[in-house]
Amino acid sequence: MSMPQMRSSTLPFLARTILLLFLPAVTGWASESGSYSPGTNIFAPASTPAKSIVDLSIFVLVITGIIFLVVVSLLLYSIVKFRGRGMDGGREPAQVYGSMQIELAWTIIPILIVVVLFLATARVIHATQDAPEPAGALDVIAIGHQYWWEFRYPKLGIVTANELHIPVSDPGHPTPTFLQLLSADTDHSFWVPELAGKTDLIPNHPNRMWMDPQRTGIFLGQCAQYCGTQHAKMLLRVSVDGPDDFASWVSVQKKAAVEDAGAIAGRRVFEQNACMNCHRVDGTSADGRFGPDLTHLMSRSTIAAGAAENTHDNLRLWVQDPSAIKPGSLMPAMKLSDADLDAVVSYMETLH
Amino acid sequence: MSSNVITVPVGQAEARPWVDELHQWVTTVDHKRLGILYIASALLFLVIGGVEALIIRIQLMHSHNNFVSPEVFNRMFTMHGTTMIFFVAMPVLFGFANYLVPLMIGARDMAFPRLNAFSFWLSFLGALLLYFSLVGGSGLYGAGNAPDVGWWSYAPLGARAFSPGHSSDYWTLSLLVSGFGSIGTAINIIATILCLRCPGMKLNRMPLLVWMNLVMAGMVLLAITPLSAAQIMLLIDRYLGGHFFDTQAGGSAVLWMHFFWIFGHPEVYVLIIPCFAFMSEIIPVFSRKPIFGYPVMVAATVCIAFVSMSVWAHHMFTIGMNSYANSFFTLTTMAVGVPTGIKIFNWIGTMWGGRIQFKTPMLFSIAFLFQFLIAGLTGIMMAASPFDWQLSLSYFVVAHFHYVIVGGILFALFGAFYYWYPKMTGRMLSERLGKWHFWLFLIGFHLTFDVMHIPGILGMPRRIYTYEPGRGWDTLNLIVSIGAFIQAIAILVFVANLIISYFKGADAGNDPWDAWTLEWSISSPPPAYNFATVPTVASRRPLWDEKHPEDPDSRYE
Repeated sequence: MSMPQMRSSTLPFLARTILLLFLPAVTGWASESGSYSPGTNIFAPASTPAKSIVDLSIFVLVITGIIFLVVVSLLLYSIVKFRGRGMDGGREPAQVYGSMQIELAWTIIPILIVVVLFLATARVIHATQDAPEPAGALDVIAIGHQYWWEFRYPKLGIVTANELHIPVSDPGHPTPTFLQLLSADTDHSFWVPELAGKTDLIPNHPNRMWMDPQRTGIFLGQCAQYCGTQHAKMLLRVSVDGPDDFASWVSVQKKAAVEDAGAIAGRRVFEQNACMNCHRVDGTSADGRFGPDLTHLMSRSTIAAGAAENTHDNLRLWVQDPSAIKPGSLMPAMKLSDADLDAVVSYMETLH
Repeated sequence: MSSNVITVPVGQAEARPWVDELHQWVTTVDHKRLGILYIASALLFLVIGGVEALIIRIQLMHSHNNFVSPEVFNRMFTMHGTTMIFFVAMPVLFGFANYLVPLMIGARDMAFPRLNAFSFWLSFLGALLLYFSLVGGSGLYGAGNAPDVGWWSYAPLGARAFSPGHSSDYWTLSLLVSGFGSIGTAINIIATILCLRCPGMKLNRMPLLVWMNLVMAGMVLLAITPLSAAQIMLLIDRYLGGHFFDTQAGGSAVLWMHFFWIFGHPEVYVLIIPCFAFMSEIIPVFSRKPIFGYPVMVAATVCIAFVSMSVWAHHMFTIGMNSYANSFFTLTTMAVGVPTGIKIFNWIGTMWGGRIQFKTPMLFSIAFLFQFLIAGLTGIMMAASPFDWQLSLSYFVVAHFHYVIVGGILFALFGAFYYWYPKMTGRMLSERLGKWHFWLFLIGFHLTFDVMHIPGILGMPRRIYTYEPGRGWDTLNLIVSIGAFIQAIAILVFVANLIISYFKGADAGNDPWDAWTLEWSISSPPPAYNFATVPTVASRRPLWDEKHPEDPDSRYE
């Protein structure tokens, strides 16, 4: 996996000064990321694809910044210097029709700039898109649904939703994650800004993207391609785990659902209503695929694709009336009695 | 050239019942009246589309706001985008083209006056169809609704499975019908320019406005046809069991994207080239110099038209094209910046050495240059496709294209309004209200669209009806919304100026700006037949030759 070596530290001093002058907001936010709180700043990259974009973007920003300075200076100079004054007495200025030499100059110089920008860009395109998949890579299939994410780990036999767990990648021994992107319905887009640029999930059009996060933590993102009513609350969480944490997460996820005799009443409600048509709980007769897999629901910190914290009250409210949390969600209100509602929620709370 | 005016007795135009007057407007085939109809209908939809934008901005003022439901929000951004592109920007530019092109080439009307009227009414019908969806979208049992699939209605979201009812159908029919209107107008503009020029007006003596509208009309023919084809295919999918874009039956979502954007990107140039045209008339007059590099400006325009036909997939950098396709569209997109840059340099070259008069049209033109430069530079950033993988579909892109459409197109249009309103009405627009309009709009614009870039950089996607707190987007969105209201106030000042000046504005006379093209040689407003005797020209600036017989342009061309 070759990585473009266009480090920002190699930029000439002048260029960096210009950048700082014109992008105080951006550079300010970028430095704020030193605290590593979960964020979505494209200038706080934690993975090679996102980093190479930042390196390229700084190069582009410097060049466009210089163009901006030159053209605005010319514009301001001509406004101030050639402003009409009262004492002109109605005389017209010298009528100048043009100059081929000048036209040639401001044609050729931009062409050269375009060539340079294109070559720098093509290099990053190639390095990111054509990177071969190393042997130690993790494969994940991400499937976009209205309005949630399904994640399948084919080699590990794991199915989960909305919260993607991937291992941290040591640059010395890279363990990147390669995502195959599919869609079950409309177009979606996978965007976790600090890990990689976005790639769309399009039905009948499988896509691929990869990331090799170099620090652990939670990374936030969300669907970026308008996919319907609740596009706004199709949120994404990526948990980048250390090797041990990831291994223990995998071992938990591989197990079938916990059988808890105390929750048998709730399980019956779950299996005798439409819940099981859409949701899967591994090891039971519930085998639906339309909604998220609930086998290890309680291992997730959010529900409703990140729209609410995974708490008892939220879970109960969600089962009772999903549109209270996410109007337009495709999960119907199940119209359960209070007793059934409590039972099914306590059943779900056993699904660790 | 006062000899060109046949004096109409004053009493003759008055004392006509309003029904007669209305009938005259509805049945008119006069290019000037049709131009004004285009402009007036566009102003109406500008206000409607503006209200939709304000609803969007109120909803986004802070996180988890509940001003409107997600359904209403999604309809608002769909209607806002569709309205502003198809029923504001295109009609208003067609209106100016209709009004100005015959006057500037010394013609008495467009080549096909009836086609002209037909095209306008088709466009207007298209707009009505779109807004009828508010009533008929789901039928009245479903209480009606507007389309909510976004203004590019990506497949398969526009398929019946995901967009039941008729709201998408009204969107489709609306674009189809108004598209035929656009094609009719484009044919008319091309025929008029090629066939009806007055004696002496060779192609290389045409005012740049005419040249650029010729190029624009050619682009309309190439761009609108794939859009119309795609709409017909969508109708076949929705009603006749077709599977062009039906992904569940093996259709292709990407096919729709290609069809839409091979319309969609040239469309941007269809809108901006007429604005280049305004700049190329206004900047010389208020700098008191001829345009710098006339032949290069023409060549750059034609060059932009050609190159812009090969850049469409830069709207699709995130859809997973291979690295060669991404590289190709990166190169073509960056390349289109070269002729565009040449234009900016030529406008500055025109101002260089001039005696610049800061009348309201010129203020808007200078702001155009500044903002269009920035819009172009953020465009270069997104042309670098890896950078676009981050910026695309975020608020950065929204800020970028509003910089083009508002900071570029709308500012140029305001300049054009202040410049040609005297010709259309015979009255000057108030300079005082004009300055208020300009400064308020400038402040509101920059407050909104400068700041809007930042939430995009901080990861805020577009088209979300609400967002999570704690992402650093709240304050920025509040500032953006405040700027939107300042712009709305500026628009009210503008509308007030249009109305007040119509009744109380200073008399314009034939040639208030001491300008050089043929429309200023006749009375304001011009008579129905435009020119009593068809003029003859010997240079690009016929009125300069007339005003300076000792030093005519014709000697140098």
